[in-house]
Amino acid sequence: MDAVIASLPEYWDGFLRTLYLSVISGIIALVVGTLLAAMRVSPVAALRGFSMFYVEVARNTPLTIIFFFAAIVLPRLGVKFEQFEVAAIIALSSYTAAFIAEAVRSGVNSVPVGQAEAARSVGMTFTQVLGFIVLPQAVRTVVPPLINILIALVKNSSVAGAFFVLELFGYGRQLSNDYGNQVLWILLGVAFFYLLITVPLGLLAHFVERKVAIAR
Amino acid sequence: MTSVLYDVPGPKARLYSLIGSAAGILIILGVLAIAVMTLAQQGIFDADRWEIFYGPMAPDVWNLIGQGILSTLAAAAVAAIIAFPLGIGLCLLRISLIPWVRIPTQVVLEFLRGMPVVLMMLFVLLVFATGQFQAVVVGLVLYNAAIFAEILRAGIQSLPKGQREAGLAIGLRSFQSRMSIEFPQAVRRMLPSLVAQLVVLLKDTSLGYIVGYEELLRKIQIMADFLGPNFLFPAFFVGAAIYILINLTVSRIAILIERRGSKKAAGGVASATIRTGLEGTGNDPVAQNVVLGPDHRDASGTDKK
Repeated sequence: MDAVIASLPEYWDGFLRTLYLSVISGIIALVVGTLLAAMRVSPVAALRGFSMFYVEVARNTPLTIIFFFAAIVLPRLGVKFEQFEVAAIIALSSYTAAFIAEAVRSGVNSVPVGQAEAARSVGMTFTQVLGFIVLPQAVRTVVPPLINILIALVKNSSVAGAFFVLELFGYGRQLSNDYGNQVLWILLGVAFFYLLITVPLGLLAHFVERKVAIAR
Repeated sequence: MTSVLYDVPGPKARLYSLIGSAAGILIILGVLAIAVMTLAQQGIFDADRWEIFYGPMAPDVWNLIGQGILSTLAAAAVAAIIAFPLGIGLCLLRISLIPWVRIPTQVVLEFLRGMPVVLMMLFVLLVFATGQFQAVVVGLVLYNAAIFAEILRAGIQSLPKGQREAGLAIGLRSFQSRMSIEFPQAVRRMLPSLVAQLVVLLKDTSLGYIVGYEELLRKIQIMADFLGPNFLFPAFFVGAAIYILINLTVSRIAILIERRGSKKAAGGVASATIRTGLEGTGNDPVAQNVVLGPDHRDASGTDKK
């Protein structure tokens, strides 16, 4: 126990960096993912194809491989980052964006076609159909899965700890080296800080799900 | 495909779409060309960089890659085989009628689901001083059993109430109803999610790299370290391609299963429901009547969605 108390500053530092990585990559992934989803449902075939290819490949590539590429292969190819955090954010957001794109797309698809047809038949334009009819319904079905993706993102940021970024997991590895006799407590401490982020997010997902669920 | 968002395009819209596609393709090709040129300047495409895959070194290199693939698949297979029954067990505890069983299980599941898998692997490795293989497998098992349990629970909850009520009405015990009526249907209904989770499990074996398990990615790095930095990119490229190919294959299988499932759900819900509903209960006419009762319509309704 005393090892945990002695390392509280490291824990706090790691906790903040995990939060930082998650929030920044989460925002980038939300933006890129929504763009990808928009491309996926657009009438232009090339955009649809590109989005589909990206999402398929990114979803089927292990995150560790993406990190390996961003942190080890890219610098060897001459793309050097000032800080490893940048590589981590690129890896995390490009991976997560694919999942967000899938969630948003399935949200749009979950709106029955009749809704849009009805809207068009009363003379609404494309933007009106999208803004008043389809998106409000799509967003409601999609918020809980989006929160789940963000929870996964927080947990995935632990991979950054293996690639030179000192976030929670990175500190956990380092501290368990320093205090070889108290590994159990050190790692439970790390787990506690992760749960501090993921469990409230999970409760939020449950809450939103119950609040906005549409009976169809 | 009818999209929600736009009508079937007319000649004008088709023309615009064609122009847009051409522009899109040009942009993508341009970006690719820049990337390829940059790589070419680094000498990535020189034949001697790729010689490791067909030159005199090739047998050793492919041997190493083969070992990597095998250890990746072995960890995934062992973890999946243990995690699934464990997930069923956890699910049973989670939906138990006894609060003293249900609530602690819920806490444990929340704990397992809220932690990074790699942290569990490190925990097992350091605290229990096991080998890397055991650490990877136990980490994967704990996490995925929790997910399987939640998927199955969602499946059971999605069943119409009548299924359980019918079981209880003909005198089955709660546990018997779970095992012979609810579980078979839940597994069937959730099969796509279960297979999708298997893809996640397979992907997560690459976390073994971090705890030092010699899976495919680690073998690639060992190879690159041994051969020299010039071969890092070719080695990584081939390794990543293999990983992605394996995962894509499993994903395809998942999609196939989903298609088959939904085709049955759309066409033959009635027969499917009756068959699974009667599994283990024999041809009891009472049960059959109940399965065909009004609740059955609910079942097909949710299935179609």
